[in-house]
Amino acid sequence: MRRGRYPFIIGFLAAPVILYVTFVVLPYVEAFYVAMTDWRGLSPNYNFVGLDNFAGLLDNERFWKALRHHGVLLLVMPLVTILIALVFAFLLNVGGGSKQGQMAGIWGSGFYRVVFFFPQMLAIVVIGVIFGRVFAPIDSGLINGALNGLGLGPVLFMADPDLALWSIIAVLVWQGVGFYVVLFSAGMASIPRDIYEAALIDGAGKVTLFFRVTLPLLWDTIQVAWVYLGIAAFDAFAIVQVLAVADGGPDGATTVIGLEIYQQAFRESYFGKASALGVVLFFLTLTFAALTLRVTRREAVEL
Amino acid sequence: MSTTVSEPTKTSTAPHRHRQEKTRSEVKGFQFLAHIGLAVWAIAIIGPLLWTVLAAFKSNTEIFIESPFALPNSWSFSAFSRAWSDAHIGRYFLNSVFVVTCSTFGTMLLGSMAAYVLARYQFFGNRIIYYLFVSGLAFPVFLALVPLYLTLQNMGLLNTYLGLILVYIAYSLPFTVFFLAAFFKTLPNAVAEAAMIDGASHTRLFFSIMLPMARPGLISITIFNIIGQWNQYILPVTLLQGQGADQKWVLTQGIAQISTAAGYEADWAALFAALTLSVLPMIVVYGLFQRSIQQGLTAGAVK
Repeated sequence: MRRGRYPFIIGFLAAPVILYVTFVVLPYVEAFYVAMTDWRGLSPNYNFVGLDNFAGLLDNERFWKALRHHGVLLLVMPLVTILIALVFAFLLNVGGGSKQGQMAGIWGSGFYRVVFFFPQMLAIVVIGVIFGRVFAPIDSGLINGALNGLGLGPVLFMADPDLALWSIIAVLVWQGVGFYVVLFSAGMASIPRDIYEAALIDGAGKVTLFFRVTLPLLWDTIQVAWVYLGIAAFDAFAIVQVLAVADGGPDGATTVIGLEIYQQAFRESYFGKASALGVVLFFLTLTFAALTLRVTRREAVEL
Repeated sequence: MSTTVSEPTKTSTAPHRHRQEKTRSEVKGFQFLAHIGLAVWAIAIIGPLLWTVLAAFKSNTEIFIESPFALPNSWSFSAFSRAWSDAHIGRYFLNSVFVVTCSTFGTMLLGSMAAYVLARYQFFGNRIIYYLFVSGLAFPVFLALVPLYLTLQNMGLLNTYLGLILVYIAYSLPFTVFFLAAFFKTLPNAVAEAAMIDGASHTRLFFSIMLPMARPGLISITIFNIIGQWNQYILPVTLLQGQGADQKWVLTQGIAQISTAAGYEADWAALFAALTLSVLPMIVVYGLFQRSIQQGLTAGAVK
């Protein structure tokens, strides 16, 4: 391991590191500086304005709306997705009872798993456009067409400010559940069968099995899922841009910080303000990840 | 529980048998409910997709008047040809294929080179470079958006495929390096040492021995990158804008654009055809490789 060791190391690392530093590291660092300028992008001249852009956010109504929406997304989306996925994964892996001393999934579990996972293959943009039609307020919409057949009035999913954000959350859950079913299934497969067997011999029912065996032994995987979904809750840019009416509307009822950044930067050319929003988003994501890891840390169950 | 038996299925006392009968009817009811829950979700996944495909064959009148799941009066492919040529979905599709082919190849080449060196060679700065890559996982891409745009503008790479491909590679490196470094660490030393004694160079050792040995990990992470880059939206929307950009758009941008245009032109069938054209290849690919795809996409979360 001597000949040409350093030339080799440098040769292999140079291209990836240069690329990564140029397009990832430097832009992230620069963002913190641009956030403290009044740069409009078009002109090369700009002034250093300190924390003015951040102070400006305090009375920016759309910023507070976006923040509130992330709060709702963060509370609801991971919780609902994980709950549904856990129940389905349990049914698909353990729900069939025991056969010859082996815990088996429910009949047809292979089919369900394949179908549930499929939305993961689709771009969120494609899903957003499909649901734009599914939610369409007129009879051409899938849901309202069906409701009309039953003589029920149209539901204005995306045009009703009280409903729009919940409709978006529903689409995100629709897409996400399958991924976590597969993830939890992998976790459940690594739980030794004899633990279930022992519990069954002791007369445990399905509900007891779920709460006393599956849930505690799956805790690490659930924690990973929580972090993934939480980080996704701070994004939601693509789905809002494609599905919501009038750029995060109606009247800002669905806007998220990612959308505000995009609008400020590339519609209004407020590069400084956009970067300040980016800095806020960064600290929010970081705080969430740190808090989650701290709060959910439990004694791992040793198998 | 007083049953202290080693083989509970064969030796059962009277109360035990009674419990088994009781559980059997419980299991039936439980399984019935479980199937309803699973079937409802499966229909919720398949329904919108099936409806999209059907609507692509329908006329506007059929889409508006008839019940959502009625079969089209005639299987007309005209909407597909309008979507393919007038709405340029064919071009966007091929653009996506080109960009993702180049960027995934580049990601895998550079990512595995960096991961290999970082995992298997000790040198000054190794840990610093490793953590530089891994820390990229914690940053939201929105933070870098404005500086990234300016960087590409300064380099003359804005609105070019080369720029987009380099950025895709750079933003895929953190996860690729993180995952593959862990994978290269698990490979045995003996083979590498034998090859070195036989006089293989470091470069040769990597390409003809270590890479083939890392195949399972490489496949998972290639699939992860292909799907992630295929579905990317915020980066192309930011980087492919300006004069003549609509010729270069990738599929996700094209779909978002067609969705907006369909509203003006009221050509809903063409929109559904465009959606179908972007969903069908995914169904085919998923059908062929669903097991590897599930493994690849969940690779990061399963230890």
